[in-house]
Amino acid sequence: MSSSLFTQDARTTARNAAERRFRACGLAAIVLALAALVWLLISIFSAGAPAFRQAFMTFPVTLDEKALDKEGGRDPAKLSKVTTVSYAKLLALGLKAKAEDLGLETTGMKSKDFAKMISEESAASLRDRVLADPTLIGQTIEFTVLASGRVDGYYKGRVTMKTAVKDKNTSPEQLALADKLRAAGVLDIRFNWGFFTMPDASDKRPEAAGLGIAIVGSFLMMALVLVLSLPIGVAASVYLEEFAPKNRWTDLIEVNISNLAAVPSIVYGILGLSIFINFVGLPQSAPIVGGLVLTLMTLPRIIIPTRAALKAVPPSIRDAALGVGASPLQMVFHHVLPLAMPGILTGMIIGLAQALGESAPLLLIGMVAFVRDFPGGFFDPAAALPVQVYNWTVRGDPGFVERASGAIIVLLIFLLIMNAVAIVLRRRFERRW
Amino acid sequence: MNPGFLLLLLLVLGGLGFAIGRNRALSLAQGDSRRLHSLPDYYGWFTALMTSFPGLVMVAIWMMIVGQKRPDLTVLLGGACLVVAAAGFGFGLSRITPDFRARNATERLIMWLLVGASLIAVLTTIGIFLSLVVETGHFFQLYPAKDFFFSTKWNPQFRGGSDLGIWPLLWGTLYVSAIALLVAVPIGLMSAVYLSEYASSRTRAWVKPAIEILAGIPTIVYGLFALITVGPLLRDWFAQPLGLGDSASSVMTAGLVMGVMVIPFVSSLSDDIINAVPQSLRDGSLAMGATSAETVRKVVLPAALPGIVGAVLLAASRAIGETMIVVMGAGAAAKLSLNPFEAMTTVTVKIVSQLTGDTEFASPETLVAFALGLTLFLFTLGLNVIALVIVRKYREQYE
Repeated sequence: MSSSLFTQDARTTARNAAERRFRACGLAAIVLALAALVWLLISIFSAGAPAFRQAFMTFPVTLDEKALDKEGGRDPAKLSKVTTVSYAKLLALGLKAKAEDLGLETTGMKSKDFAKMISEESAASLRDRVLADPTLIGQTIEFTVLASGRVDGYYKGRVTMKTAVKDKNTSPEQLALADKLRAAGVLDIRFNWGFFTMPDASDKRPEAAGLGIAIVGSFLMMALVLVLSLPIGVAASVYLEEFAPKNRWTDLIEVNISNLAAVPSIVYGILGLSIFINFVGLPQSAPIVGGLVLTLMTLPRIIIPTRAALKAVPPSIRDAALGVGASPLQMVFHHVLPLAMPGILTGMIIGLAQALGESAPLLLIGMVAFVRDFPGGFFDPAAALPVQVYNWTVRGDPGFVERASGAIIVLLIFLLIMNAVAIVLRRRFERRW
Repeated sequence: MNPGFLLLLLLVLGGLGFAIGRNRALSLAQGDSRRLHSLPDYYGWFTALMTSFPGLVMVAIWMMIVGQKRPDLTVLLGGACLVVAAAGFGFGLSRITPDFRARNATERLIMWLLVGASLIAVLTTIGIFLSLVVETGHFFQLYPAKDFFFSTKWNPQFRGGSDLGIWPLLWGTLYVSAIALLVAVPIGLMSAVYLSEYASSRTRAWVKPAIEILAGIPTIVYGLFALITVGPLLRDWFAQPLGLGDSASSVMTAGLVMGVMVIPFVSSLSDDIINAVPQSLRDGSLAMGATSAETVRKVVLPAALPGIVGAVLLAASRAIGETMIVVMGAGAAAKLSLNPFEAMTTVTVKIVSQLTGDTEFASPETLVAFALGLTLFLFTLGLNVIALVIVRKYREQYE
């Protein structure tokens, strides 16, 4: 055994190597965890970014009186009998005429092929426009349509000339024409505001599907959660933290709350289904039920940080208030609560953010239903952002994967904003004694 | 008359009550608030509570019992509310005299409100438990309990004659959770050790919140990640070349993604627990010439072990109750198989699939979801209670 301090013996070298290995393992674990986070975000963002851009086509459409109002007279009852099929034909004719005007080669294209380049949704919106203003009939108007999901997918790399050969919903000729139309400025790719405002669309129209109803539904539910859980959560925390006597009952309540915070969210869905829907008889897929279920789920998750915020207010504040003659309730409401408010609000916002991203309980209370009409209130059917994502992932058309990822980006941006507000609140107003 | 409108009306009446009560007290004291026992606002609050509170309670009880079933009767409710509000208002007003201890009375009422708010948590638990137990009872009237607990076949049929054995689902749940824990425990624990023992405080300030972002991401995002990225990747690079299957949704997909989701639960709780180990233990070990790694392995981790076990149990309960990742990543086929690249299903997936769509509450195929829910609830509750007890005991040890 060498006895020099400057040369390590074999055992020390081994121990130091073990030390380095251990440390490298720790670093590797952190790198792995962060790499998973980055991979997740990149995968979602790259899949979802195209949802914010959309191919539109603008061309003149002749609203032929013969097709839309054979007898003349513009009788609204008769006009509303004309289905979208007739409008789709007019759109196809318009596109064909535009292509021929521009002198583009359209060999091998039947008028059916032109129709397939246009979203079915656009015929419906043209119909709505004509029904709203029947004087348009007989005129030629500039109309902007959504390109069909396949044409749109072509510009997002989802559809290629090769896949188009086998696809019965498109053809290489259509895509070639789309390229020419794009060069001529008829087809262009723009920011897709409709993604935020339009309702969900049926299985074959991913290009027209939007988050409008889901955003409204989520907003209604969050409003309800905020209005109910803030006062109830604060009241419960104040009682437990400031007034509750230490006995078996309050112990029970405390254990109960910490267990409720860990109950799987889907169990709250079962609760909502059997109590709010079956027992009380509230309507399915309504924001009122979703809001109530999410409130019950969020409450324990708010009570815990609220109690921590109350606990952080030093006892000297309480003693001072009581010392100058405040009653215990005055002490709490005039002094402790205002001082604890930043902490309470932070916990509240984080609880709301969790509730916003929660989907499992909403699946059970019927939020998966297909809803086309914007809800007029808390009792009308609506969708919710995370459930809309789930709905889109089970659809067949690959265009919906892009929509689902796009919806997640919207959801994540909302969450990011909420968490940023919470952090700012904490940084700016939190007081340390 | 819509109940929402009634609530609003009652609040407005309460506001009116506040103004009238306050004015009345002041006028009884000839405008000199020093002659009153309490501050004038308390007389207002007292009248307001007396006016609107009984009505609010009535509306709430009505909503819970009658709900939307009899919209025709809401007129009755509205009338009753107005009568009660008027009576409360009259009573409140009649109590107001300069000597009336309005503050004490108001505070007593408010205290009851606070107690009521904290009882909502208890009511929620009772609600969960009752709804699960009652419907499970219905289920066992229609379907023999023996088959549910001991059959190894899950094959629901809409015309009856289904096999509803829980074992394939339980197996899928445990298999997915085990893979998730195999991913999350080493990564979470090692990152907690690194952060608390090696990292500089600057690294720690950045890395810890970054890892906790993983806990803030909604589970639907993980589900989509499993569906569009991890699933196809595992299928194309592992399952198909190895000849183990060709399904994108598999136990492995769901397990890996769920593992990532659970990392922060393990790491932040272990971090707290490792930090709670007294510094004197570390100093002693280092002073004897142990390296940091040896200190961690032989002193810190054994001392923190009970707490870490608690953290792992909490993570396990989180993994078992997780729904969206398995719905989107694990598949729907109920199977008892060892192949991790095969699609299997879990308790939560089946709760969702049996309760969504057209549900009829008289068939065992629907009601089984409640039995599954009860199983899940008791399972996670048990894990949580054990974990909390362990963590709490452990904390006391070093305090």
